[in-house]
Amino acid sequence: MSASAAAPSDERLTQVSALTKLLRRPELGALLGAVVVFALFAAADTTGNFASLDGLANWTGVAAYYGIVAVPVALLMIGGEFDLSAGVMVGTSGLLAGLLTTEYGLSMWPAIGLTLAFAGLIGFVNGVLVLSTGLPSFIVTLAMYFSLRGINLGVTKLLTDTVRVGGVDKVPGYDSAQKVLASELGSHLFYIFVLWWLLITVVATVILTRTRFGNWIFAVGGDKNAARNTGVPVRRTKITLFMCTSVAAAFLGIIQLVRLRSMQAGQGIGDEFNFIICAAVGGCLLTGGFGSAIGASIGASIIGMAFLGISFAGWNTDWTFLFLGVILFIAVLVNTYTGRRAQGARK
Amino acid sequence: MTATTTTVPALQLKDVSKTFGSVIALRDITLHVDPGTVTCVLGDNGAGKSTLIKSLSGVHQATQGDLLVAGEKHDFGSPREALAAGIATVFQDLATVPLMSVWRNFFLGNEPRTSIGLLDASKARQICREELLAMGIDIRDLEQPVGTLSGGERQAVAIARAVYFGAKVLILDEPTSALGVKQSGVVLKYIRQAKARGIAVVFITHNPHHAFLVGDRFYLLNRGRLTNEFIKGEFEREELVKAMAGGAELDALAHELES
Repeated sequence: MSASAAAPSDERLTQVSALTKLLRRPELGALLGAVVVFALFAAADTTGNFASLDGLANWTGVAAYYGIVAVPVALLMIGGEFDLSAGVMVGTSGLLAGLLTTEYGLSMWPAIGLTLAFAGLIGFVNGVLVLSTGLPSFIVTLAMYFSLRGINLGVTKLLTDTVRVGGVDKVPGYDSAQKVLASELGSHLFYIFVLWWLLITVVATVILTRTRFGNWIFAVGGDKNAARNTGVPVRRTKITLFMCTSVAAAFLGIIQLVRLRSMQAGQGIGDEFNFIICAAVGGCLLTGGFGSAIGASIGASIIGMAFLGISFAGWNTDWTFLFLGVILFIAVLVNTYTGRRAQGARK
Repeated sequence: MTATTTTVPALQLKDVSKTFGSVIALRDITLHVDPGTVTCVLGDNGAGKSTLIKSLSGVHQATQGDLLVAGEKHDFGSPREALAAGIATVFQDLATVPLMSVWRNFFLGNEPRTSIGLLDASKARQICREELLAMGIDIRDLEQPVGTLSGGERQAVAIARAVYFGAKVLILDEPTSALGVKQSGVVLKYIRQAKARGIAVVFITHNPHHAFLVGDRFYLLNRGRLTNEFIKGEFEREELVKAMAGGAELDALAHELES
């Protein structure tokens, strides 16, 4: 690693085995899992398309859907908190942007801006409620989940008399938004939001491993009191993480709105657990203080491959969630075991 | 002893009292801590050690009396203000994050940054290694999580961190209480290292034997008051033990301590 810059002292570093170093990476389990899952579905594939570029374009679309939010959710989990409202927030923001444009005459881009700002506010409320009440974020964001779920249905029915908001493609600015957020690229039709997902992963990784704020994320999740005693602004760090998660969910909601040209009131419900599964499979400890953004994206890839692979294999897709459950269990088991070995192998 | 009358004490308390409602936790505490010495504060449980530490480190504000840093009056509103004045406290929980690497812990809250605002990891590792070596601590892999270090090593990282970030006064809260004999010895060595670097060390403990090995000046705290003051070389260890035990249960306690 870049530690070799400390030239006169690095002869000690060479004594650490490469294996230990590898085992200490949080995303190792996920990476192995991804390879196994890929091999499994490539072998079981009945269409001959899974391992092709067409297949790649297909499952990366699913992976990007989950990954865009799973990455900030991973950061939040490393920071020691959960956000169970992240899934329903996808629906809320899609509906909000849809209503602002179709019912209140805003054009697309201002509506997107307002929606992202609103999501930031919801994240801020989540963070402040968690930190000022001292209640577990699990409970606070669960309450937010139910509240938003109720508001989504109530407001949508009130304003449109249906459970969906449609007709977004006639709004000014839709075409440019569609181009940036939901168009398809190349002859294999890769979704453009795959690039957004990769960008978010890279930015999150840099923040996590190479910035002061990233150090604080690990610290507030690992030991809140120690972090506070060394001068880390615990409140600010956690609230920022809640806001990032909410804004990412809103970004995904807007992408969905633009892609599908409409938004169902129930969109996103249940996704919060998929986001958490991605992060957990990717090596994030549920107790906080450990994990990676790349791992969460690998976790999202596993889910993407599973969703597509099961139908390509000609299996009954009703069983998809059983598969996810087994994957989650095995991955976390492997992560826990390797993590323990890496720490135990220290002496 | 050393020329305590001519040097300005790094830290001084004058008639400091601290009350919580009707409970008097500290009463008329007057003490001074000189640079390059180890000042031990001894006391049994409930003697007021914790309150004293917290008053010194800015967690509590004294109800009465003055706190002087290098001869000047100060009033700390928070540990951060005390730290800015050069008073660093290593609490029993050590303020380290177990899952984070040694160097990340070392710089937690004070991370060095490159010109474009990123974490300067190579500089951080290098300084961390140098500082730990200067304290006589040889941790071969700075990437290893602090949680995998022994209690003594973790204590050492916390001390080295405080020293590096400009502590003129280093307050150690029971650094040996959870450690075995050998590990305690290691920590006592670090205390001497810090002293040799000119730092005023305040060593809070309930163990007179540990205090006797490294201390230059000893204050005994009992029921919120300073009851005795000893200076190194002017007394025997037994006197310290006896004073601490308060006489009555001396035989039993001394027997237990000597065994």
